[in-house]
Amino acid sequence: MSAIAVESLYKVFGKGARGAVSQLKAGVPRDQLNAKGVTAAVIDHNWSIEPGEIFVVMGLSGSGKSTLIRMLNGLIKPTSGRIEIDGVELGSLSPRELRRLRREKISMVFQHFALLPHRTVVENVAFGLEIKGLNKTERLERAREAVELVGLSGHEDKLPAQLSGGMKQRVGLARALAADTEILLMDEAFSALDPLIRQEMQDQLLELQSKLAKTIVFITHDLNEAMRIGDRIAICDGEVKQLGTAEDLLLRPADEYVAEFTADVDRSRVLTAEAVMEPCGTGDTSEFTTVESDVHVNELYEPILSSKAPLLVVDDNADPLGVVTTRSIIKSLSPEPDTGAGEAEQERQPA
Amino acid sequence: MIDYLRDWLWTYVWKPLPDMPFGDWMETFIRWARDAWAAGFDAVDTGLEFLYANLADGLLWLPSGIMVLLFAAAAWAARGWKLGVGIGIGMFVVAWTPYWEQTMQTLSMVLVSAAIAILLAIPLGIAAAESRAVSAVARPVLDFMQTLPAFVYLIPVVMLFSVGVVPGIIATIIFAMPPGVRLTELGLRQVDREVVEAGQAFGASPARILARIKLPLALPTIMAGLNQVIMLALSMVVIAGLVGGGGLGSVISGSLGRLDIAAGFNAGLAVVLLAILLDRVTQGLSDRTPVARAAKLAR
Repeated sequence: MSAIAVESLYKVFGKGARGAVSQLKAGVPRDQLNAKGVTAAVIDHNWSIEPGEIFVVMGLSGSGKSTLIRMLNGLIKPTSGRIEIDGVELGSLSPRELRRLRREKISMVFQHFALLPHRTVVENVAFGLEIKGLNKTERLERAREAVELVGLSGHEDKLPAQLSGGMKQRVGLARALAADTEILLMDEAFSALDPLIRQEMQDQLLELQSKLAKTIVFITHDLNEAMRIGDRIAICDGEVKQLGTAEDLLLRPADEYVAEFTADVDRSRVLTAEAVMEPCGTGDTSEFTTVESDVHVNELYEPILSSKAPLLVVDDNADPLGVVTTRSIIKSLSPEPDTGAGEAEQERQPA
Repeated sequence: MIDYLRDWLWTYVWKPLPDMPFGDWMETFIRWARDAWAAGFDAVDTGLEFLYANLADGLLWLPSGIMVLLFAAAAWAARGWKLGVGIGIGMFVVAWTPYWEQTMQTLSMVLVSAAIAILLAIPLGIAAAESRAVSAVARPVLDFMQTLPAFVYLIPVVMLFSVGVVPGIIATIIFAMPPGVRLTELGLRQVDREVVEAGQAFGASPARILARIKLPLALPTIMAGLNQVIMLALSMVVIAGLVGGGGLGSVISGSLGRLDIAAGFNAGLAVVLLAILLDRVTQGLSDRTPVARAAKLAR
């Protein structure tokens, strides 16, 4: 069963929202509704997330991504459509049942941390457990474990005002982890942080994820971030423009909109050896240096420079899959979709 | 031509409107209420009189010299030794005037009416913050309560409770309550939306969000409201001297009648020093709220 599933999900703000949904279904474009003072934030979303997956929703501001994530835990009611969490439809729950679902199944990390300024780090982390009704000793003990997990040991008794942005967000993350829910919603969680700290937090999230295997919905407006951490990425502008892995988006953009987005991405960090390799042919490859198929292109530079022959890409069983040459690497870095090599070269001739 | 038009306007447009008896309606209502709810007013009268008399007796139970030290100690505890010394000197000066007893009576009236005003104001402020409808109704009523000239309250209140301390306290409660409601509402509405959302996202009930998130974060603003309530109460309690409210108000209205500059100045000085005491101590308390302390740490 999917951890989260949404089906023809719509959210429209403004007067006559329901009418607007039927208009959208009939194919009236979003801009035309905007002119009438109705804002369509989420249009016809249909997707599901498997347990343990990091699902990134990526979009510019105003693309409805914050609205979307708030619908997943019922903070915002959909205008129409279904949301299922572990097979339970949110719309069928009473407010009390909905609160219980949030306590037990879903926690959230916020863009601006949303910490209580008068509580210490460990008291903030214990907040979710306090709501769950754990007694003080137990919740503080579990909060301390979560604080340690995010690497904030020694700061337990500080107040949020005494912490840097990155540390504050670690508190936010620890609070969500301490609640011990299967699903973690992260709303632009790293967007307010400096670039270096942001990368550090991304690494930490991936490391934690490898241990904890939560189902994570991650909202961001930064495509590099999306590609770095997302198992699958949904590019949204009201509706879902494309949903797929980072490689799908780079190699097979669904439309202009997605292609424009992906143009600026550092492709070498997203594409893997498998995605850029060429067929082996029939020659003798026994002398070639081998690389695993899931190694990123930016890690191939060094081996290919120190080897005269192409690199041999192998799978988990060490069976050959293809070869990577300098040429195939350079080709992979250009954002042009798969066209014949000759044509591409011609296009690039100065006019 | 212009004169003709003016005459016409006065004769046919304005003149036919009769004077509306707003005042008569109010008077009829008050007279009716006095008879209809006599038992209720008696109970309120007895209750407030009891509170006031006991508090005033308590404050006057010890000699003024020891009370001065106690006030200084309270100020020290609320804010620090500097304020303790300042308040000690101020209250010593008050004890030096002939009006220590009246000052303690006035203080009792302020404390009783401010306590009741804030007990009414906080729930009202919460209701106004949670509901737009309550807020929309409360706002003009509060404007009315706050701007109606203070003296005007005294007339119906005296009619309901006769002269004495209680009408003064009632008028003071009505007059001093509005900033308590307003600042409670403001403080709650100013709480960061994301933090409230965090409470919701972790499954907290609305009551819990109010108690654990909104009220603690709004507390510094609510305390500022308490400060305002107390200061307004002090100003009203002095005016209540006109209806036999006792305390410094009676001294001041008496000296106004006799043009007694000396007595008026003594009592006025005591009012000022009492005002400083109440203001600084409540400010000190609001600086001690957890959120205000955390904010200070950030600097």
